[in-house]
Amino acid sequence: MIEARELTKRYGDKTVVDNLSFTVKPGEVTGFLGPNGAGKSTTMRMIVGLDSPTRGSVTVGGRSYAQHAAPLHEIGTLLEAKSVHPGRSAFNHLMALAYTHGIPRRRVDEVIELAGLSSVAGKRVGAFSLGMGQRLGIASALLGDPAIVMLDEPVNGLDPEGVLWVRNLLRSLADEGRAVMLSSHLMSETALIADHLVIIGRGRLLADTTVDDFTREAGGGGVKVATAEAMRLRSLLAGPDVTISSTSAEELLVSGRDTREIGAIAAQHGVALYELTPQAVSLETAFMELTRDVVEYQSAPADTERKAA
Amino acid sequence: MTVTSLAPAPSSARTTKYKVTGLRVLRSEWAKFWSLRSSWITLGVAVFLLVLFGAVAAYTYSPDAVATGGPPGPGGSGGDSDAVSLALTGVTFASLAIGVLGVLASAGEYTTGMIRSTLTAVPRRLPVLWSKAAVIGPIALVLTTIGALAAFQLGTPGLDGEKISLALSDDGVLRSLAGAGVYLALVAVFGVALGALIRSSAGAIAALVGVLLILPGLASLLPDSWYDTLSPYFPSNAGSAVYALHESSDALSPGVGLAVFAGWVALTLAGAAFRLVKTDA
Repeated sequence: MIEARELTKRYGDKTVVDNLSFTVKPGEVTGFLGPNGAGKSTTMRMIVGLDSPTRGSVTVGGRSYAQHAAPLHEIGTLLEAKSVHPGRSAFNHLMALAYTHGIPRRRVDEVIELAGLSSVAGKRVGAFSLGMGQRLGIASALLGDPAIVMLDEPVNGLDPEGVLWVRNLLRSLADEGRAVMLSSHLMSETALIADHLVIIGRGRLLADTTVDDFTREAGGGGVKVATAEAMRLRSLLAGPDVTISSTSAEELLVSGRDTREIGAIAAQHGVALYELTPQAVSLETAFMELTRDVVEYQSAPADTERKAA
Repeated sequence: MTVTSLAPAPSSARTTKYKVTGLRVLRSEWAKFWSLRSSWITLGVAVFLLVLFGAVAAYTYSPDAVATGGPPGPGGSGGDSDAVSLALTGVTFASLAIGVLGVLASAGEYTTGMIRSTLTAVPRRLPVLWSKAAVIGPIALVLTTIGALAAFQLGTPGLDGEKISLALSDDGVLRSLAGAGVYLALVAVFGVALGALIRSSAGAIAALVGVLLILPGLASLLPDSWYDTLSPYFPSNAGSAVYALHESSDALSPGVGLAVFAGWVALTLAGAAFRLVKTDA
C-alpha cells in the first residue's frame, strides 16, 4: 500500500507536485495518469525517497521508504529514466542489487528468465534495445519479491508482444495480492490494465476514480436517433433512467437505452428510423478533456490563441 | 510468452530473510567495481604507469645530468635524486589514473543513472559512500604498493654501481615505497569523494587534476612568506611527503604529511556525505 498525503514538491518557484493525496491498494492495478510534465515521475521518485518532498508525506507499507530493513522487498521500482550502468551486464547489474539485500543468485536467474532476458543476460546493457532495457528494469523491480510494484511508463519501447506480456504480468501480480502502480500518459492503454485511476495534471489531483466509473462517464454520449416521428418515438422510449433531448425536429439524443433497444422499440411500433448512431466518447477524448487545461507542453492551436493557464 | 507465477506470493504476514546490512552493501560495491571493464583498465593503467616510469627513470639515470627529465613535482626535483625517488617517478601519473578510478566509481553512477538503482536499494545512502571508499581504498593500496615495489626492484639493476643505489633492506626504503601505496590509496578515496560531491565525471576529474597538479603551481603566485608557510599543507605536497625518502626542510615529515593529506580526503568525504544525504539524487 502506498499512501501519499498532501505531497508537494517545489523546485524554486515552480510547483511540480501540488498537495497530492492518493492511495494505491493491494490487489489492484492503479493507473497513474497525466500529460507529460504533470509530475508523475517526480511523485514516484518521492515515493522511493530519491527526492524529498517539500511538504507532505508518502508512506510505503505504512512507513517512509528509507525506514524499511529490506526496501526492495517492500516495493520494486522501474523508473522512467535509465538507471543502469551501460558497461555492466544485465546479470551483474541484478547481482549488484541482489547483494545489498542478501537475495540469492537463484532469484536473479529467476527474474532474468521471467523477463525473457536469458539469452542476453551476459551482454553489456549499453548494447540493449529500448525494449530489452525495459525488460531489465522490470526484472530489477521484481527482484526483491516486492509487495508493491511501481512502474513508470513500463510499456515504453516494447513491441506488441512485450506490451501484452506486461499487461498479463501486472494483472497476475495484482491477482497475487500485490499492489501495482503504473504511470502512463496513454489513457486507452492504461484502461486495459488498470482497475483504479489516479489522474493528475500540473501536479494536482484531477480524478481519483475507477476505470469502470471513468468509462461509464466517458461513454455517456448517448445514441443519436433520426426519424420523421420524433415526438411519437420520444414518448415510446420514455422510461426510468432514460433522458431524451432533441437538437432538431427530426433528431433525438437518447441516453439510458442502447441502439438495440431503440431499434427494437421503433420496429415494434412501426416507426421508420433514418439514423441510429451511438455517440461514443473515447476514453482518450475524455482524458484529454479532463486534462486540457493543465497540459504543460501544449501544442499551439493553429488559429486560436493559446489557452491561458 | 507465458507469465509464470512469482512464488512466493505475499501473505498477510510477510516474513523475509532479505535485509540490507553494511556488509552486504560492501559486497555489492565490491561486485560493482570488478564488473566494469573501466575499473580494470584504469587500475591497470595506474600500476603500469607507476612501474614503467620508475623502471625507465632508473635505467636512464646519469649522475652527471643536473636534473632528470622526469615530471614536475615530487621525485624528479633537482639533482638530489635517490633510488627511491627515481622508482617513484611515476607516482604523479599514477595518482591521476587512480584518482580517475575513484571518480568513476562515484560520479560514474550519476553520469549513467545507476545511482537511482543504487539508492533505491540502499535508501539510507551513506553506507554506499563508505562502501565505495572501503572497496577502492584497499584495492588501490595493495596494487599500487606492489607496483611501487616492482618499480624499485626492476630499477635496481639499472642503478648498479651508481652512488645512489639502494637495496630494499636499506633504511626507510620499504617505508617510502609503502608510503607511495598509502598515498595513492588515499588519492583513490579522494576521487570517490570528489565524484560524489560534484556528481559529474568530467567535473570531478577536472577538480582532481586541479587540486593535485595545478593548485601547487597556482599558489606560487602568493607572496613568498605565505607560500613558504602554506605550501607544505597543500594536498599534493603533503602527500608527497608521505613517500619521500629524505625529509627536506621545506616539507612535512611523513607522519604529519600523511595526517594532513588524510585530513583533506576526510574533509572532502564529509562534504560528499553531506551532499549525498541532504540533496535529491
